[in-house]
Amino acid sequence: MTPTVHIGCGAGFMGDRFDASLPILADMTRREGPNYLMFEVLAERTLAVAQNIRREDPAKGYSPYLDHYIRPALAKAKSQGVTIVSNMGAANPVGGAKRVLEIAAEEGIRGLRVAVLLGDDLTETIPTSEIAAMPTMEGIGLNGRPIVAANAYLGARSVAKAVAASADVVLVGRTTDSALALGPLIHEFGWDADAVDRLAQGTVAGHLLECGGQVTGCYFADPGFKDVAGLAQAGFPIAECHTDGSFTITKPEGTGGLVDRRTVTEQLLYEMHDPSAYLVPDVTLDCTQLTADETGPNRVHISGARGRAAPETLKATISVDGGWLGEGFLTYSGPNALARADLAGQIVRERLASLGTNEPVRIETLGTFATLDGGNPDKRANRTLPTDGEYTVRIATQSVDKGKAQQVCDELMMLYCSGPAGGGGYRGSVTSQIATASVLVPRERIEPNVRVEVFE
Amino acid sequence: MKLPLHAIAHGRAGDKGDTSNVSVIAYRPEAWPHLLEQVTADAVQQAFAHLGVTTVRRYELPNLHALNFVIEGALQGGVNASLGLDRHGKTLSFLLLGEVEVDVPQECVPEGSPYLV
Repeated sequence: MTPTVHIGCGAGFMGDRFDASLPILADMTRREGPNYLMFEVLAERTLAVAQNIRREDPAKGYSPYLDHYIRPALAKAKSQGVTIVSNMGAANPVGGAKRVLEIAAEEGIRGLRVAVLLGDDLTETIPTSEIAAMPTMEGIGLNGRPIVAANAYLGARSVAKAVAASADVVLVGRTTDSALALGPLIHEFGWDADAVDRLAQGTVAGHLLECGGQVTGCYFADPGFKDVAGLAQAGFPIAECHTDGSFTITKPEGTGGLVDRRTVTEQLLYEMHDPSAYLVPDVTLDCTQLTADETGPNRVHISGARGRAAPETLKATISVDGGWLGEGFLTYSGPNALARADLAGQIVRERLASLGTNEPVRIETLGTFATLDGGNPDKRANRTLPTDGEYTVRIATQSVDKGKAQQVCDELMMLYCSGPAGGGGYRGSVTSQIATASVLVPRERIEPNVRVEVFE
Repeated sequence: MKLPLHAIAHGRAGDKGDTSNVSVIAYRPEAWPHLLEQVTADAVQQAFAHLGVTTVRRYELPNLHALNFVIEGALQGGVNASLGLDRHGKTLSFLLLGEVEVDVPQECVPEGSPYLV
């Protein structure tokens, strides 16, 4: 009988709970396996930030949280035979592998094998002038700004090659997030490129796992309407995957959180556009006939995904310097707080006008549905809001000049002494930004460069 | 009963560039035909008009009693350009659930819902 492959997900974004993998590993002691533990930590901009870190220090550029995730899990995963698969390699998978081996040495773990997947970095093989000239999917120009990073989303078949190296830890840079699950499934079940329905199911499994707790009741609770118990100790997901592609999403025993049709459906459609044509490098996924059946407490069985041929191009993200974002916050509370907060905003507007500030500026009062209204004054005018309460004035600006962004924020800070009565708790920051655009690159420009290296 | 969509459905918002996608999922199967009939792309476009959206497309997942709305231009430039607090538009699921109204029989509202009190 073909085994059931279990894949747990211990992180769904860069700064996720560092201890979420531990209940997964404990639960896997009763699961025969093969067992995998994935960590997905790489958002669009995260890799460009990592590339900047690598330029400062060539040994770095892997996920800055690699130690936090790997150290608590490594000894248990190694002794249980659970393979760790993660994109914590970021801009430097080789550097990440070396760091994992150092951690292993510090923890007294012997005989560790780390495989890395390379070849996602376009700048290795394509001149940056050519990358800069590629038409972007968003139709925006890169404005001749220097390219910080350019990485293609490699597919699950590439990840499967790294998994085939029989390593304890597989570190990749940029791949599609779902490939961290589909890669192990391709390796274990030997799914060919024409097994499109199975590849589609495996992509759904990866998609449901890749945001960690977002499928197990996290990012879901709406008290009184959608209640979830035990969120402080929510279990992160485990998929029980079968060779026919069908799988069950569940979570470790004894944890909080919730897995039901509602949590699964919300996560299925998260960041999905046309559900009949979701493109990943390995297949074109059609979810429109998908079924999700509750087969027990915290168990949802998924079937019915359909696949079509994979796209002929791979998507790549180009990151350029995005200048500076300045933000400041000042709070008013108690009687007549709304009027005092609005007056504060008005004063700053007048100050910036008299100073001749050219940067784009947004000033709004939080607590007035400002986020949903998008700064639209007509929407605000139609709302009835309590005058007494607690309201925060927010200012935001963008500039290529850090000093100018700072100057705009400082005008709000100055209301500490020269604004309406009772403003307090000012917070402000000016942070560097990365701008991104997407391009499509023919596979033959990328896939011949994909390679696996093993470190011991 | 005239109710906000929040009474009969839940959802989640995601982002890609300047495009937001918001799912709308019926709590009860009885609500599904009403979602199909009343929660149209036009209704969603109206709720998001003030953000400067350009187009809204609706997709249907009948087995899951779910709709998926792809709302272009909803994010004021997206993470690259927006001066908003929520640059990913994560809060926008509650704009849709709060602003779109439906007229439905009581059986569409889940048992124990605060909307039934």
